[in-house]
Amino acid sequence: MSQTLFDKIWERHVVESIADGPDVLYIDRQLIHEVTSPQAFDAMRRRGLKVFRPQQVTATPDHNTPTLNQHLPIREEASRKAVEALRQNCRDNGIAIFDLNTDYNGVVHIVGPELGLTQPGMTIVCGDSHTATHGAFGCIAFGIGTSEVEMALATQCLLQSKPKQMRITLKGKLQRGVGAKDAILYLIAQLTASGGTGCFVEYAGEAFRSMSMEERMTVCNMSIEMGARGGLMAPDEATFRYVKGRMYAPQGAEWEEKLSCWKTLFTDSDASFDKEYIFDAEDIKPYITYGTNPGMGMGIDEAIPPDEPNVKALEYMGFKAGEKLLGKPVSYVFIGSCTNGRIEDFRAAAQIIRGRKKAANVFAYLVPGSKSVERQAREEGLAAIFEEAGFTFRQPGCSACLAMNEDKVPAGEYCASTSNRNFEGRQGAGARTLLVSPLTAAAAAVTGKITDPRELM
Amino acid sequence: MKKFNVLTTTCVPLNVESVDTDQIIPARFLKTTNREGFGANLFCDWRYDSNGNPTPGFVLNSKMYGGQALVAGKNFGCGSSREHAAWAIAGYDFRVVIAPLFADIFRGNALNNGVLPVQLSEAFVEAIFGEVEKNPQVTVTVDLPAQKVTINSTGQSEQFDINPYKKYCFINGYDDIDYLLSIKDKVEAYELSRVKSGALS
Repeated sequence: MSQTLFDKIWERHVVESIADGPDVLYIDRQLIHEVTSPQAFDAMRRRGLKVFRPQQVTATPDHNTPTLNQHLPIREEASRKAVEALRQNCRDNGIAIFDLNTDYNGVVHIVGPELGLTQPGMTIVCGDSHTATHGAFGCIAFGIGTSEVEMALATQCLLQSKPKQMRITLKGKLQRGVGAKDAILYLIAQLTASGGTGCFVEYAGEAFRSMSMEERMTVCNMSIEMGARGGLMAPDEATFRYVKGRMYAPQGAEWEEKLSCWKTLFTDSDASFDKEYIFDAEDIKPYITYGTNPGMGMGIDEAIPPDEPNVKALEYMGFKAGEKLLGKPVSYVFIGSCTNGRIEDFRAAAQIIRGRKKAANVFAYLVPGSKSVERQAREEGLAAIFEEAGFTFRQPGCSACLAMNEDKVPAGEYCASTSNRNFEGRQGAGARTLLVSPLTAAAAAVTGKITDPRELM
Repeated sequence: MKKFNVLTTTCVPLNVESVDTDQIIPARFLKTTNREGFGANLFCDWRYDSNGNPTPGFVLNSKMYGGQALVAGKNFGCGSSREHAAWAIAGYDFRVVIAPLFADIFRGNALNNGVLPVQLSEAFVEAIFGEVEKNPQVTVTVDLPAQKVTINSTGQSEQFDINPYKKYCFINGYDDIDYLLSIKDKVEAYELSRVKSGALS
């Protein structure tokens, strides 16, 4: 019978199916961080449970960590205690942790692929909705709550009903100055912030196929912002090249064996989907959001729809229906996050910033997604370009994406941000977030206003 | 988990679409390492102004409305996977959230914490909003065994879907983890079979 990519991976992970109920789904890899795991470990201690397969669990602190002076103790007590609890839980249970101030620390969804923990055909979970990122490798990867973190730690399984399946095909090629972030913001705007609810999305078509692994991660990362539990792409030569040789990647005969399995991971030509959408990549411009959910987006040179029904969102953002955002001053810029904190994102930003200066009215957070990205940006001279332009290149963490550490945007201020959510207060109470690509964020950082990055390229 | 059978209650109407988990419980409250106390900060940034004073007009601050059912617009609980959102709702003593559509992760988190997510048609949810607006004392009856919600002022009712397994767990107060722990031998057999068959990954 013909199967989708998703069907093939799901089927191979079903331990048993409960009649009229969910499937027991085996989880290959669990990633944990300090915010959504402590209560799971506590509950396990209360029940007298041990971690079932500690070698399939990997930890990295990221949400609460400072992005300057990481060698000093974390100043805020609650954040420090959360990170200490993660360390202790990892020690007690024999779980590998890529801790603060070590070579491979960083944002969980950046570290996983970098270390080769993420491999095609896997089921991967983490107590974080952006676990969808790992779908770029042809994985079923999705975010879970803390009760499910506990279940996966204790049994390596979850009870899951098989979701509906959607395929989004993006034909043709993206235009110059238009990247993966613009593409996914465009797709979310077309389908709305709840258009994918109840579904897993497969991304197909030439535009996605020709993307680098990092770009594919940016796309899959934001699947959750259209309500989808996750998104995935069939693995191909680019995927295999990326994985090969990484710390946790299979080697030798095992590599060959896995590779032949991975090559069977694609949607059969006559497989069907519950929902199917086809878009043309050439229709996509640099994109920007103007509201308080990621579906409220438009081309950067367009005007907010005159009939925009979400009046509450426009009031919060301080915008009027029918107005354009080009030329609007922004006082904050954030380049980073699990969506856009990889080396290619900083190369894109450097392409705009090189030879220019930070705008006087802008405060910018440039935050690499991991120590590896930080090192590489220094080696490639990108950090020097940023510093010469008047920016500070920080240390890795989730940072201003969700403002759990000191990196916040003050109330009422606009922030051109490469992160994934423009919810009210996401970047700090009262902060106003404009979701954009690294190119557009960098253009705002040097001009101090919303600027079409193609004008600076 | 607390058992759930039939509940008759007044409603707290929150007629807003796409209520995200950053509104339900802002990220700055996620630093504690226990599950208790989140109810006090439920909808904190809508409920209190920047000086910590209750925001007049926000429904949780209104003396008119109360009860164990929160009624909201579609796409409730979108955004982050933080279970703290379900803990905050349970901590405020809601047992039911009624909406025309729920975000997937929130739905799962609610079900794992004794909060029943009840998805009804937009028209029916509008009817609840209408009745509660006319009279905040109007009650709804959420009948889980019958999978039915009734607006008691009008007698209007609608069926809702729930996975039969989840319904059984909810009525009996069973947690998913109890089931998973009971089949560990099957999990080990599955692992072994994958090793033998040349595991995919």
